[in-house]
Amino acid sequence: MADSGSEAIAVIGNTDLTPSESENNLKNTMVEKGTSLLKKMEISVAEAEKRTGKNAVNMQETYTVYLIETRPVDAASEGTNPALDSLWRRYSEFELLRNYLLVTYPFAVVPPLPEKRAEFVWHKLSADNMDPDFVERRRVGLENFLLRVASHPVLSSDKIFYLFLTEENGWKETMFETGFQAKADSRLKALNATFRVKNPDKRFAEMKHYGDELQSVISQLLRVRARAADRLYGVYKVHGNYGRVFSEWSAIEKEMGDGLQSAGHHMDAYAASVDDILEEEEHYADQLKEYLFYADALRTVCRKHELTQYELEMAVQDLTSKKQQREELATGTIRTFSLKGMTSKLFGQETPEQREAKLKMLETQIEEGEEQVKERNAECDEFVKSAWVDIERFKEQKDHDLRESLISYAIMQISMCKKGIQVWNNAKECFNKM
Amino acid sequence: MSGSVVDNTVSSGNSSVAIPTDISGQILDIDEDDDLEVFSKDTTLSDGSSLNASMQTSSASMINQYKFEEEEEDADTKDIFVTVDNPESHVTAIETYITYRVETKTTRSEFDSSEFEVRRRYQDFLWLKGRLEEAHPTLIVHPLPEKFVMKGMVERFNEDFIETRRSALHKFLNKIAEHPIFSSSEDFKIFLTAGSGELTSHKKQGPGFLSRMGETVKAVAAAVRGVRGRPQEFTDMQEYAEAFSQKISSIDKVTQRIVREQKEYLEELKECGPTYALWSQSEEELAEPLKNVAGCVDKCCKETEEQVKHLNDHLIPVLHEYVLCADTLKAVLRRRDNIQADFEVKTEALATKKADRDADSKVLSLAWDSLVGRSPEEVKQQKQQKLKGEIKEMRDELDKVEDRLEWANNALKSDWTRWQKGMRTDLRSAFNDTAERNVSYYEKCLAVWESFLQSQRTDAEGNGNVDFS
Repeated sequence: MADSGSEAIAVIGNTDLTPSESENNLKNTMVEKGTSLLKKMEISVAEAEKRTGKNAVNMQETYTVYLIETRPVDAASEGTNPALDSLWRRYSEFELLRNYLLVTYPFAVVPPLPEKRAEFVWHKLSADNMDPDFVERRRVGLENFLLRVASHPVLSSDKIFYLFLTEENGWKETMFETGFQAKADSRLKALNATFRVKNPDKRFAEMKHYGDELQSVISQLLRVRARAADRLYGVYKVHGNYGRVFSEWSAIEKEMGDGLQSAGHHMDAYAASVDDILEEEEHYADQLKEYLFYADALRTVCRKHELTQYELEMAVQDLTSKKQQREELATGTIRTFSLKGMTSKLFGQETPEQREAKLKMLETQIEEGEEQVKERNAECDEFVKSAWVDIERFKEQKDHDLRESLISYAIMQISMCKKGIQVWNNAKECFNKM
Repeated sequence: MSGSVVDNTVSSGNSSVAIPTDISGQILDIDEDDDLEVFSKDTTLSDGSSLNASMQTSSASMINQYKFEEEEEDADTKDIFVTVDNPESHVTAIETYITYRVETKTTRSEFDSSEFEVRRRYQDFLWLKGRLEEAHPTLIVHPLPEKFVMKGMVERFNEDFIETRRSALHKFLNKIAEHPIFSSSEDFKIFLTAGSGELTSHKKQGPGFLSRMGETVKAVAAAVRGVRGRPQEFTDMQEYAEAFSQKISSIDKVTQRIVREQKEYLEELKECGPTYALWSQSEEELAEPLKNVAGCVDKCCKETEEQVKHLNDHLIPVLHEYVLCADTLKAVLRRRDNIQADFEVKTEALATKKADRDADSKVLSLAWDSLVGRSPEEVKQQKQQKLKGEIKEMRDELDKVEDRLEWANNALKSDWTRWQKGMRTDLRSAFNDTAERNVSYYEKCLAVWESFLQSQRTDAEGNGNVDFS
């Protein structure tokens, strides 16, 4: 796509891009993809606040709410600041919305939410949900989620989603009225059941396998990265000790004193610089995490396809056996073993009237069965078509986004190296004055 | 020419005390035991006492010895070059040990030739250090590498250990060669030039074990008494030595900790590259950038490895040397104190003797002497003569010690300044190198990641072109 090409150049050309700038680029990409929703509305999760209240079991609890701001995009109005609509939502409401979307659009690779609990943390980072850094990163993740949904060709036109963004109250009720809850329960049960598909669609099987691999390798990468971050933190911070000792040492030296003292300051600066470096890397880790969870969404779609396929196969199997029964009854031959056949052999044949009744019943059942097979076939085709479209869309998005992430990682490394060069050059000058 | 005066009569090595050969055998045995000890910082037994009769020249000329001119130790004025290299292992029935090649190139006239090559073992270096310290108790001798490293149970014959030791021995000899007094030492010359047989027999000469022990007892007594009137400048030096010792030890520890942390970081980083590579295998479009990133991470790993090695091979040995130097400083100040204590003791003793002489004759002794049949006058005369004789002896001895003290003080002061200059140069250069190395490390990593960006840019442009066509 011409758009992504020129954007990619824009991003790479500027190696001084900060992570927040590159995230902005990501958002711009989504906006430019231009769903009708995004064309008329700006969406953001602007703030987070702590609240206390009584929960379902009437106990005091503290939780965080996030401010969703929407603003109509009016290309015509310049100068007039369009009105800002806003409402507060907590994480659990986002979860509800996502569940609704999962159930209602089973063929879609539904964008994931930021993680419920902090995982893959390196030691300095808090795993506490109330920690302000965690809350901030979650705010960004929630905004990202909304923008992803809003830029999805199918999901963006969902009414409930629109209400989620615009109506503080009543949204939940309207959602439950759609009756998705019932579907959700049965879907959950079905997806967790084990079943074997006779003719698996190769493409979906490969996709599921890919989803497994992606999940496994990103988990591994996140783990390794967190450990390396931990160690890097140690290296930088120990240099801070140089600062202290140089300063003490400079007090007993005459000519060396100044050089030592100023070198010590640079060592302190070096030690302090790691905090920013690792904070930037957290952004990168968050981008990886998004695709870790996306992998799960992908697998869910493949699993749903399997289920659909399985149900089709079941219907076909059922129809076939019913047809067979009809044939046996009509011709009087028993080709396959059946208890009925055995009992009728033992206890004598049925009367012609009974046979007639049975045949009639079978005919109806077969008619119904054929209808069901037709339906399920259509369902399956429909599912395969729309799922595959979304999977292709997802693939493109993933390739683009992850490439941008890798580029931003390189930019981060470059920035870290530049800082290092500066600090050590400064230190070298000071040492020369010793 | 480094140094102002080179006076061979001052240098050690002239044996002023003859030793029967059987005792000298014992001397060597004790030296050999050194190898079995675990730690060694300072193995000399002498504590401020010098046994060289040849050092009895006037204090004026003594002081002159130690007025070091502005030393130009540039390469163009250097007239002696010493290298230590080529470690070789020797196996005998009793032991295995390493010898090092010591090569000397010099234009000095006191050397018979301009080039020498000998093989020396650690024991020999230890001997040389001991001789220099004995002859010049208040001069600062650069430390030798430690005998045996307990930490990490490094084997004596481990390659890295041998290399570290070789490098330290090289530095040691060069510091001696640069020193205006040490470099003209006879022992030093013999060390650089003598064949192994000659060296062994030379080692057997020199003050005997017993006389060294005798001096030690006196020194311990003086040390226990302590010095009373220490001049402020030496107290200042003491304080400096203490503080410097603490600081340099801290820096040594901090640096070792940095090396440890870097190594652990490296361990983790080594797993990142392969993970990106593994990921690339599941991808199509992303395979190339992922493989690229894997390559970049691996390259950065290599650079980190190099950087750690540099710290280990260059900064840490220097810091370690100066940790040992700090102990040498303290020892040198202690020895000076002991000389002063000795002087104070002798001064007091002389004063007491003089008081005795001026006091009235004692009643009791007169009574005894009259019993034995000597007249009081005779006895008094005898007593006075005796005292006069003793006082003269003590004064002569006191003069000697006073000379020695003044000479030791001046030597110390000059060498202290010299040492501080050397320390400043060495540490400045070591930290400078480290900072430079770190800059180079980051520059190399920067280049790695910039080339990745470049490759992605060309890719994107390539895609762009395809789109527009």
